[in-house]
Amino acid sequence: MNFSGLFHNLGPLTITGLAQGAIIALFALGYTLVYGVLRLINFAHSEVFMVGTFAALYTWGFFGLDQNSPTPSLGGVIGYMLIGLAAAIVVSGATALLVEFVAYRPLRRRNAPPLAFLITAIGASLAISSTVGVFTHQNIKGVPPLIRPATVVHIGNTVITNLQILIIVLALGLMYGLDRFVNHTRLGRGIRAVAQNPDSAALMGVNKGRVISLVFLIGGLMAGIAAVMYVLKIGDTKFDSGFNLGIEAFTAAVLGGIGNLRGALLGGLVLGVAENYVSGVFGTQWHTAGAFVILIVILMFLPTGLLGESLGRARA
Amino acid sequence: MTEPTASEPRATEEATAPATEATTVVPAQTRSGMTAASSLPAVPEAEVKRATVRGWFGRQPWPVRAVFVLIFVVLAYLLPYIGNVPVIGPQIVTQGIDWPSALFDMSYFVLLALGLNVVVGFAGLLDLGYVGFFAVGAYTVALLTSPDSVFNTKLAWLAAVPVAIVVALLSGLILGWPTLRLRGDYLAIVTLGFAEIIRITADSTPNFLRGDRGFGGIPHPPGNKADGSAIFGVRDATPYFWLGLSIIILVILAIRNLDRSRVGRSWLAIREDEEAAEIMGVRTVKFKLWAFAIGAAVGGFGGVMFAGEQGFMNSSTFQLQFSILVLAGVVMGGSGNMAGAILGGALISYIPDRLRGISDPLTHTDLFQWRFALFGVVIIVIMILRPQGIIPSRRRAMELKDRAKEAAPQ
Amino acid sequence: MRQGLVRALGGVAILALVAGAAACNSNKSTGGSSSGSKNCGFEIAYFGALTGSSANLGVNIEQGAELAVDQYNDKNGANCISIKKFDSQGSPDVAPGLARSLVTDTKILGIVGPPFSGESEAADPIFDSAGIPLITPSATRPSLSTHGWKIFHRAVANDDAQGPAAAAYIQNVLKATKVFVADDQSAYGAGLADVVKSKLGSAVAGTDKTGADGKQTDFSATVQKVIASGATAFFYGGYYQNAGLLRKQLTAAGWKGTQIGGDGVNDPGYAKAAGNDAAAGSIVTCPCAPASKASGTFVTDYKTKWNTDAGTYSDVAFDAMNIFLKGIDAGNTTPEKMNTYLSTVNYTGVANTYKFTSTGELDSSLIKVWAFKFDASGNVVPDQEAPKS
Repeated sequence: MNFSGLFHNLGPLTITGLAQGAIIALFALGYTLVYGVLRLINFAHSEVFMVGTFAALYTWGFFGLDQNSPTPSLGGVIGYMLIGLAAAIVVSGATALLVEFVAYRPLRRRNAPPLAFLITAIGASLAISSTVGVFTHQNIKGVPPLIRPATVVHIGNTVITNLQILIIVLALGLMYGLDRFVNHTRLGRGIRAVAQNPDSAALMGVNKGRVISLVFLIGGLMAGIAAVMYVLKIGDTKFDSGFNLGIEAFTAAVLGGIGNLRGALLGGLVLGVAENYVSGVFGTQWHTAGAFVILIVILMFLPTGLLGESLGRARA
Repeated sequence: MTEPTASEPRATEEATAPATEATTVVPAQTRSGMTAASSLPAVPEAEVKRATVRGWFGRQPWPVRAVFVLIFVVLAYLLPYIGNVPVIGPQIVTQGIDWPSALFDMSYFVLLALGLNVVVGFAGLLDLGYVGFFAVGAYTVALLTSPDSVFNTKLAWLAAVPVAIVVALLSGLILGWPTLRLRGDYLAIVTLGFAEIIRITADSTPNFLRGDRGFGGIPHPPGNKADGSAIFGVRDATPYFWLGLSIIILVILAIRNLDRSRVGRSWLAIREDEEAAEIMGVRTVKFKLWAFAIGAAVGGFGGVMFAGEQGFMNSSTFQLQFSILVLAGVVMGGSGNMAGAILGGALISYIPDRLRGISDPLTHTDLFQWRFALFGVVIIVIMILRPQGIIPSRRRAMELKDRAKEAAPQ
Repeated sequence: MRQGLVRALGGVAILALVAGAAACNSNKSTGGSSSGSKNCGFEIAYFGALTGSSANLGVNIEQGAELAVDQYNDKNGANCISIKKFDSQGSPDVAPGLARSLVTDTKILGIVGPPFSGESEAADPIFDSAGIPLITPSATRPSLSTHGWKIFHRAVANDDAQGPAAAAYIQNVLKATKVFVADDQSAYGAGLADVVKSKLGSAVAGTDKTGADGKQTDFSATVQKVIASGATAFFYGGYYQNAGLLRKQLTAAGWKGTQIGGDGVNDPGYAKAAGNDAAAGSIVTCPCAPASKASGTFVTDYKTKWNTDAGTYSDVAFDAMNIFLKGIDAGNTTPEKMNTYLSTVNYTGVANTYKFTSTGELDSSLIKVWAFKFDASGNVVPDQEAPKS
């Protein structure tokens, strides 16, 4: 138990936690959206993320970039980033839609019980991750160093790099954009209507099927962006990199209040920081356990999470 | 929120023949307004007769049923020798792994599936961290019997078994208590967290649970053959399979009795609508704890067997994927009824093991590598074609038929 | 009726798929036929990881052993002796079931492997009970030889020799005064890191533990601690995947010290995970001599057959297999006779000379520990032989 270590490193651990948490938050959005609308834990979301990482890497590979290439110039970096983001977004979104179409829609048509959806999600997750695993021989794939980490701010022993700022700003910006979309556009209203009561929404003229597909698509988009941020930060990806992160993201979504978009952001950031603090005090091997303990304690006092569920409840 | 299913509260009695026919007819009549007149009054004869082998089986007098069950049990004990059956024998037996070992693996998976079925299928509590109880049972045995253990008590396996089961049962209560207030999906994540905490503790306490170094020298179940050598040796897994099978039969009998009693009916009520059950006087707290405790005890039993057979165990066994796999098995097989849980548990162990050692004709890689991909596809297909599971509980099947009728057009 | 038909079709389809695949599988059983005068028709098994996150280490060994079998068969007739492969994926859960199926094959006279310590703990009791001798070219956990297994033989030094060598290198060659030590909590990694920690004593500036190999990808917390401790050297007990990720993230965070690892990191996979730039300069120790120093034509023969350079322990595995083959030549055609043969063998191979103690360890005078370095193109090159401490 190293409290002095934590105290000493409070700054660096907080920044690292926020950056990690931002990625988790983006990832958690997919879970929370789908749950809010469909009451379904979308286990396959972790694979949606994972294929996004590979999509970006293979696209960069197509342009001749691999992990041993030199960092391109600023123009090149921006260009490659946009291309990578585009590839990841397209592939993740497409995968999310595919999963919805193949695995969930037939079950919805029969009005199957929620457990069936969960198990199908598990099956989809297994199928996708294993297939990618076989094709990549379960090997790690390195990421080209597009962003050379450079210190932007230096306060005491706290160092904030350009990549961390990019990640945090991007996550906050996207969350703001998504919030406005859900609360202030027609499509967003449709999403909230379906979340409140699918059948009434259908009676009121909302195209339920399209809204559901939209929700999956948005979740996939967010996952794609998170995927690119993730590979830039970690430097590698693998066929099972979705799984552990997926558990963390799901935990973050529940922590913040599942179904609540702002809750996903808060939950992600809180989880990231908490895990790093736990690592600081007890050692990295306990970080996930610490996160779960925090979750259980919070759920005992706030059974619907930090911000409560809200997608279905009309929140202006 | 929930639809009324059977019109009368009925104990989940598997084999009352007249009830079968009556209940397929009655719900159609009591469902007012929503369904078309075509579902009145009686369901065609053919459909009733075709209402499963179970219907036919249920109509036989009890001595006939007993004989069938006995034959089935004897056949199960003879499974290690199925490789000798001409033609189909070699197709069934696993290649890449010793067949009795594969059978033993199936037996503890089935045990786990039965336990999880109590929690998820009977009581309707979504548990994503079931492997935790398996771990508790196995680690208790290891701590009490292994020479590597910090306790250094070096008990015999048999002496450690009751202790391990009690500890597992207590851990079920410990898990159950903070989760009582939580609703379905929150419960899922908390149970998942519980299992992960156990795994991480196993990984990260080098002196207590010894992480990856694990415990060696765990003794095997006792007993000597006529020539003095141990029945439960290292080389032959068949006695372990028979032990596992016997435990499974005991557990089936125990759970069946519970299910037919007040406890089972309370679970059913909790599963269908917890708040209504509470209002009707069912002590939901008590019975939810019962469910967790029994599920945990059965899971612990599986862990006990596993430790006794392996002789060595470490923390790498108790991954989260294991819990998820068992859950998938239970639901795929048919949650809420034991035959379904047994089938599901057996399948999730058998299919990957069967695929081991076979080279796929396309890319010449061991088909074993594709096992989870194939498995995922199998799960999806089964859930789409038969969301109630391969062997559905009769209640589930009716529930699904009703739900399907209520489905709004997409 | 449709439902029942669908059900039946589904079941038949699954059965057909499995049966079809089984039928297509060509069963590579050995023919007891061919050349008569030699002792033919036997098998030596390889038991270990061929797939999984640390598969490279197992594959290197299997390929080294198979090369020896091929050369033997060239001299003594095709298919005289075969190698039978058992893929345990390095997992101690899978190992027992697989081991039981190995011991039922009466043609198997010996085993090269298991390469990992965890699966050794699980499977070796079964081999011991069946009396099938094994030579492991890479399982370095010291406790393996203390269980009293009669069939256990280790062709390399164990971590009790490797650990001090790494510590000595850090102190004498790198001259680091602040060292951060971490491990992946595995039987191998933690054991090695513990030995290094005890040898470094007060030079240890901080410690941490990570998740198992392949189970963790974001090491930012550990990276923070390394930087905060001011260490100039970082020893990681574990395998190449985690080590490579750590190195990459350390470099990205601006840490410029040297990373050191054990034989589990001694693989080009480390450079693939870290990127060549970051990996350059990293040191790994190994209770093995460089494969390039292997005598005879081993290096070129391996390259010719497998189209890639010999990896860590490929040469030791080659020697281990040749020990078995010489035993077969000498008429030891049952597992018991082979085991007795191993206890008195004194064999000079391409990598080392081999003589086993009564507990199966390599004779201490024959132990070699080397330090290797990663160069700028991601290859492992020998650095120097570690002094025997």
